[in-house]
Amino acid sequence: MENLEKILATHSFFADLSPKHLETVAGCAKNVRFEPGEFIFKEGEAADQFYLIRYGQVSVDSHIPSRGDATIDMVHAGEVLGWSWLFPPYRWHFDAKAVTLTRAIALDGKCIRRKKDEDHELGYRLMSFFASIMQDMLQATRMRLVDMYSQPTNV
Amino acid sequence: MVLLDRNTLNQMFEALAESGFTVIGPTVRDNAIVLDRVNSINDLPVGWTDDQERGAYRLKQETAGAFFNFTNGPHSWKRFLYPPQLTLFNARRRNGDIELIPEKPTDEKFALIGVRPCDLAAIGIHDRIFLKDHHVDTDYRERRKNLFIVAVNCLNPGNTCFCTSMGTGPTAGTGYDLVLTELFDEDQHHFLAGTGSVAGTKMLEKLSAPPASPALLHHCDEMLKEAATKMGRNIRTDELADMLRESFDDPYWQEASAACLSCGNCTMVCPTCFCATVEDVTDLTGETATRVRRWDSCFNGEFSYIHGGILRQSTLSRYRQWVTHKLSSWEEQFGSSGCVGCGRCITWCPVGIDITEVAGKFWEKKYPSRKKAATKRQQPREVLIPVN
Amino acid sequence: MIAYSNPMMPHLCRINSRKKETHDTFTITLDVNDEEMSPVFRPGQFNMLYLYGVGEVPISISGHPQKTGKMVHTIRSCGTVTRGLARLKSGMPVGVRGPFGSSWPVTHAYGRDLLIVAGGIGLAPLRPAIYQALAHRKHFGKLILLYGARSPEDVLFYKELQTWQKRSDMTVYLTVDHAISDWDHHVGVVTNLIPRVNFDADDTVAMVCGPEIMMRYAIMALRNQEVPENHIYLSMERNMKCAIGLCGHCQLGPKFVCKDGPVFPYHRIAPYFNKREI
Repeated sequence: MENLEKILATHSFFADLSPKHLETVAGCAKNVRFEPGEFIFKEGEAADQFYLIRYGQVSVDSHIPSRGDATIDMVHAGEVLGWSWLFPPYRWHFDAKAVTLTRAIALDGKCIRRKKDEDHELGYRLMSFFASIMQDMLQATRMRLVDMYSQPTNV
Repeated sequence: MVLLDRNTLNQMFEALAESGFTVIGPTVRDNAIVLDRVNSINDLPVGWTDDQERGAYRLKQETAGAFFNFTNGPHSWKRFLYPPQLTLFNARRRNGDIELIPEKPTDEKFALIGVRPCDLAAIGIHDRIFLKDHHVDTDYRERRKNLFIVAVNCLNPGNTCFCTSMGTGPTAGTGYDLVLTELFDEDQHHFLAGTGSVAGTKMLEKLSAPPASPALLHHCDEMLKEAATKMGRNIRTDELADMLRESFDDPYWQEASAACLSCGNCTMVCPTCFCATVEDVTDLTGETATRVRRWDSCFNGEFSYIHGGILRQSTLSRYRQWVTHKLSSWEEQFGSSGCVGCGRCITWCPVGIDITEVAGKFWEKKYPSRKKAATKRQQPREVLIPVN
Repeated sequence: MIAYSNPMMPHLCRINSRKKETHDTFTITLDVNDEEMSPVFRPGQFNMLYLYGVGEVPISISGHPQKTGKMVHTIRSCGTVTRGLARLKSGMPVGVRGPFGSSWPVTHAYGRDLLIVAGGIGLAPLRPAIYQALAHRKHFGKLILLYGARSPEDVLFYKELQTWQKRSDMTVYLTVDHAISDWDHHVGVVTNLIPRVNFDADDTVAMVCGPEIMMRYAIMALRNQEVPENHIYLSMERNMKCAIGLCGHCQLGPKFVCKDGPVFPYHRIAPYFNKREI
């Protein structure tokens, strides 16, 4: 447990947490490891966890029949995977698959949900953190919507 | 300074033609004073003058029979130094191979008669653009090399003129071979002539004209000084370039360009506008191809075309580009304003947009308490027979 | 002789070789044998390529600056001239004027980290700068290339990118907007990679080339990392007819993109950069 706390504290978000909150979060955490090609979660499944990627690379995909997996995002070491655990209905919208050998800390969504409801200070910090991640991702997605490299059609 | 009379002036036309010059000067055609070949003084707009106002131009006759009692018409001299259409090269295709055949630069020597001080300044601006940069326009260089310029000072500025504001007239600065001032003195019609070059001096020697009296010179100076105060338009140029540089998002551009048709007339009549495009034409068999340069206008949509789109879509953006280039960014690019105050763009704008009014508005907006430059309206010139 | 002192007169160069890069891009290598034409160029410069009877287009030079006598151009077929150039075969002649314009100031990055951000075909004008940087590798701190394309199929010079990626003295990140299967690099716009890489922001020179919108976001991201404005260089694109500052088409405010650019230090064009319809 002490070891996990140390690892958590190296992450930019958790570094700012008070020792008490860090301990609380660490109580919901465990080390996990995924082989290349291994699914971390699948679309439609219950979203009960999120992951701090410590090593490796994870693709977030959506399977398109006859075309294959469309990669929506790549999550790298130091980044966070998954937010569907935060809000009902707590189900994953996409698949997540380890591209390379991936090591991560899995945080139990149910556990964290319970603790953040009990401790609003912790809840506020968590929500702020996820809000900023969502903002980054939404901006990145919107930029992709611009389709900046596309060929003009009227030439 | 010497005095030429009508005959000696006519001898100059002959002398220029004998020296192999194609003589170009003002002449009346299609109810306007245009620039074209002139063979003698009889081809000049003798006894013609004009009324100009925003979006309006009318020729009419005057009593004195003056040669140069008018202000600039729609043409400027750039059509001879920087032709509206120029072949850059020809290409031939044979057996899958191509050959590029350079176009020989014209060996035509032009003598320009009746270049107004504002237009002389415009030629100076083109010299800076086409000859003083890393790359030169070789066609312009050849045309310019052989030029003989006879400038004519302005004693009677027009309603859309503002050369005083731009510091280009009404007295010719430098760059001419000869400069004339047309005078009527005790029923004598003559031309005070000064030289600005070796070629000019030689020409005057050839014409063997008598020197002008000090009294006449003084009289002429006084008249030119007075002419400087008779501009139909004025603008303040101090700080103008800076104001326009900062004007990009100014809502006034909306109002200024509201009537603009994006027709490009202003750029065609402007003596300094130099934008050009190139076109490639092939014959029907595809055996020969020609690359042609044509005057272009920043008011054309294609002008700012970039792979699949037009950058300046709105008329506002095109009008703003033209005005800010002319009065502001030109200074950074070429060290002077791009406007010489000739007033053509005001006269020939079909909807009467007035660049002096637009420039003045930026001044007013910045300094509401200061007076904008005064605009004097002239009395209409004496009319004998209105044309049409 | 007059013809060759005329900067509007193309020189004929033969196509030495041609190569398909992606579905809509290709590279042609031209032999420069004409004594009147410079056999050398500086990274970032461009030539005007003339297709017989059709027209002329500005195309950046994408080859190695130390290999003289060859002009390499990587071209996206998107207009009548470029589509025509795409159909030319080895040995056929192309009219060339150039090289023109300013260049990537590779030596400005000596003693500093060099961060190169490229999008789409924008990698082509940066490739000579990369070659030059690699040839003088010891003069730099970190050498980082971030490259984004629309999809894996649109990635330019993929084999070369992989070679660079394997080098221990260069960091290469690739990203695409849209990936289907078998893509193990990044997904998302290239500008999002900027905060993810390590470089010494206030001692970094950044060179950026890609669609204007991508360069806008790149500058935003570089400024967020506090890379100084005068250390950011970009290559601009505008309509060009003459390439020598005489036709007026390429004006960006008071700048002529053809002769003052195409490579500008950002602070020089900042007032005109993000202006609509300027």
